[in-house]
Amino acid sequence: MPAYPHIKNGLSTPLPWLLAVLVLAGLAALPVLVVAANLLAPSQGTWTHLAQTVLGDYVVNSLALMGGVGLGVTLGGVGTAWLVTMCRFPGSRPLEWALLLPMAMPAYVVAYAYTGFLDYSGPLQTGLRALFGWKSMRDYWFPDIRSLGGAITVMVMVLYPYVYMLARAAFLEQSVCVLEASRTLGRGPWRSFFGVALPLARASIIAGLALALMETLNDFGTVQFFAVDTFTTGIYRTWLGMGQPAVAAQLGAVLMMFVAVLIALERLSRGGAKSHHTTTRYRRLPRLALTGWRAALALAFCALPVVLGFAVPAAMLAVWTVEVGLAQSFGGDFLHLAGNSLILALAAGLAAVTVAVVLAYAQRLHPGPLVRLAVRVASLGYAVPGSVIAVGIMVPLIALDRQMAQTVERWTGASPGLLLTGTVFALVYAYMVRFLAVSAGSVEASLAKVTPSLEAAARTLGCGTVAALKRVHLPMIKGSLLSATLLVFVDVMKELPATLIMRPFNFDTLATRTFTFASDERLASAGAPALAIVLVGLIPVLLLSRAIAKSRPGESE
Amino acid sequence: MRLFNRFALTAAACLAATAVSAAEVNVYSARKDHLLKPVLDAFTQETGIQVNLLSADATQLLERLKSEGKDSPADLFITTDVVHLHAARTAGILAPVNSAVLTKNIPAKYHDPQGYWFGLSARARVIFYAKDRVKPSELSTMEDLADAKWKGRICVRSSSSSYNQSLMGSLIAHDGEQKAEAWAKGIVANMARKPQGGDTDQIQAVAAGQCDVAIANTYYYGGLQTSAKQADRDAVAKVGLFFPNQDGRGAHMNVSGAGMTISAKNKAEAVKLLEFMAGPSAQKLFAEANSEFPVVPGAKLSPTVEAWGKFKAEDINVAMLGENAARAVLIFDRVGWR
Repeated sequence: MPAYPHIKNGLSTPLPWLLAVLVLAGLAALPVLVVAANLLAPSQGTWTHLAQTVLGDYVVNSLALMGGVGLGVTLGGVGTAWLVTMCRFPGSRPLEWALLLPMAMPAYVVAYAYTGFLDYSGPLQTGLRALFGWKSMRDYWFPDIRSLGGAITVMVMVLYPYVYMLARAAFLEQSVCVLEASRTLGRGPWRSFFGVALPLARASIIAGLALALMETLNDFGTVQFFAVDTFTTGIYRTWLGMGQPAVAAQLGAVLMMFVAVLIALERLSRGGAKSHHTTTRYRRLPRLALTGWRAALALAFCALPVVLGFAVPAAMLAVWTVEVGLAQSFGGDFLHLAGNSLILALAAGLAAVTVAVVLAYAQRLHPGPLVRLAVRVASLGYAVPGSVIAVGIMVPLIALDRQMAQTVERWTGASPGLLLTGTVFALVYAYMVRFLAVSAGSVEASLAKVTPSLEAAARTLGCGTVAALKRVHLPMIKGSLLSATLLVFVDVMKELPATLIMRPFNFDTLATRTFTFASDERLASAGAPALAIVLVGLIPVLLLSRAIAKSRPGESE
Repeated sequence: MRLFNRFALTAAACLAATAVSAAEVNVYSARKDHLLKPVLDAFTQETGIQVNLLSADATQLLERLKSEGKDSPADLFITTDVVHLHAARTAGILAPVNSAVLTKNIPAKYHDPQGYWFGLSARARVIFYAKDRVKPSELSTMEDLADAKWKGRICVRSSSSSYNQSLMGSLIAHDGEQKAEAWAKGIVANMARKPQGGDTDQIQAVAAGQCDVAIANTYYYGGLQTSAKQADRDAVAKVGLFFPNQDGRGAHMNVSGAGMTISAKNKAEAVKLLEFMAGPSAQKLFAEANSEFPVVPGAKLSPTVEAWGKFKAEDINVAMLGENAARAVLIFDRVGWR
């Protein structure tokens, strides 16, 4: 039964939306299905070998990593979002945007900055040994950096902004009336937080957590630096080392199903409960002023992730850049690379958010199981390791290219070759597939909070579906749209595997340049392009952070 | 209408331009840009042939070549190891090249017997030792590192590295699979720490005193010796290079190399580039830019590499290493070498 029978019966059926959602979701889901199709391929005993030897480690490490990172990003992200949104303490205003900064840091860059610094042969331990006259590793205790704990720490530091950003947008979208009602009904600030604000923000927090966890699962660079064997490193090993791409893709498919189950469980646990904003009456949020030790504690809690996740690694990159020499670092084709990265990231950000809005809105209009399934599958691309999904993207793209080439050949007698593969268009498509989950998650979460009655009112007053979307929904979820664009933008700036393999000839970005140096164990030279990713990523982070703060309905300019 | 005419004219001009455009060759490469670019630039300068380059991970390039098949724009596939070249041949995406220049310049053990791919630079995988804690006389063969006297003293990277896989491929070929597995087990028992980092990290760990010996490729040692950073040069000064198995089969060798694709549309240009890379000026660039061994006998070594002295290199055809790579990974998994 449709959600709004009065609309369905009284107004035109928006069939174009159904078509749009199926086509767009289909395009994004194709690569995922290509990967999943490998489940049917024979494995020639490789699975038995894996199960007898390393599979157990992969599963245990992946679960432990997800558990640790999940806990860390939830505590860190929600805690900091609540503190800077609802409280006032020294530094709380600059922290609002500073807390986003670690997001501009590619995780693998932070990983190698820290492992290089803290390792046995790094400057810190070497200095300690010289200072205390220790001879070998048996003379003193130092935590093992290249370990599961190390990997979790670094990933929490760079991934918590996903939760922070979406939680903060959710807190800002909440009507102050609800919170005040809670307070006047006798609940203290803590109980208001846990009883009212948190449940209202739940969808957004879960969306952020899901992103962080999927990013954890698809990560290769960081866990490799920390010498932790996860499902993803196992996929690479099976693929390259054993020459078994089919089994590798099967591992990838298992990983995807794992994520699908997680998402399904979450939806199930939410049950029929829905939370909507019932009013558009907002005014400036009353912030609780913190003083004394409370203020100091809040400041420390919010500043720590910024310092460890951004300031320290950025400083290390800056030192390397200076060491290599500024002229050499920023000379040559550097500006060209930065331009390429910027244009790709902008195009992909806009594409992914536009598609996400269409998917989320169409799902509202056609809440059937088919549409829901299509949208779910379309978002799974994010959980698959980049290299695996990149192969999945190439298969349908090349098939389409072949069709076009044959058609052209029939008409002109000459084959034009592959027209789309290896173009910027193919790259933007790849980013859309990879990062649709990022934009779809936050758009869907905030669209769900627009109460259907507003929509019903708009439609009854004669608005079409497009007009209602434009005049009612989009203004209400402006903040989430911006944050979704920002998330995709920053992700594309850092994206590596799909960019590497699908880019045109003679085309480089900041990320590919960073990788070229880092993978050749020339970390110092990688400093400049890595720093540039961070700097270019900072501009939209800052701009959009302001925009999100202003997007709050009723907030004065 | 006039606008349309103008557009049509422009389009025609563009088409004409493509038709008569200068010769070019399209390269998919797993080699690092900054190492390959100087060679390609020299090629363009000498021949006027434009080189279009796509650098990425070898495994991914292989997948892309496989899905593009005969429609691929690539003419040449360049890798840094024989494992991927062999895999490309097995996948049927390489075409044999018949060139007198290549077979004359490159020793038989460094190219595919049927000419599907050609090694372009060689590197040895050897033993590095701490000069103050290990006497070179204590070292002998790669096999000896599995002896209990090295317990807790060895650093080596993860077995996911194709360099360890081809080393194991060589041990399988020479000692048999059973002995090779026993060797791997011995190495795991002797490790000073769990495998981590790249080859440079292993050499650094020897210098810092975390382990006494390490297994790594020679050019990483050369990279530290010629590093712009004083700290690198100081560290590597504490580490010695030892060529193992000199009384037997010689030190383990691996190659970077290239092969022409089945889709190649610029065949003549691709062969020309292959021959150029096996020629004196390119061999010199490989040797100097990355402290590698030229594959062409008699080509000049860089002064850094020359200082390591003469040594005996393995004679096995490197194609064998690619064939054994998959079995090597199974062994590594069984003995717990991560």
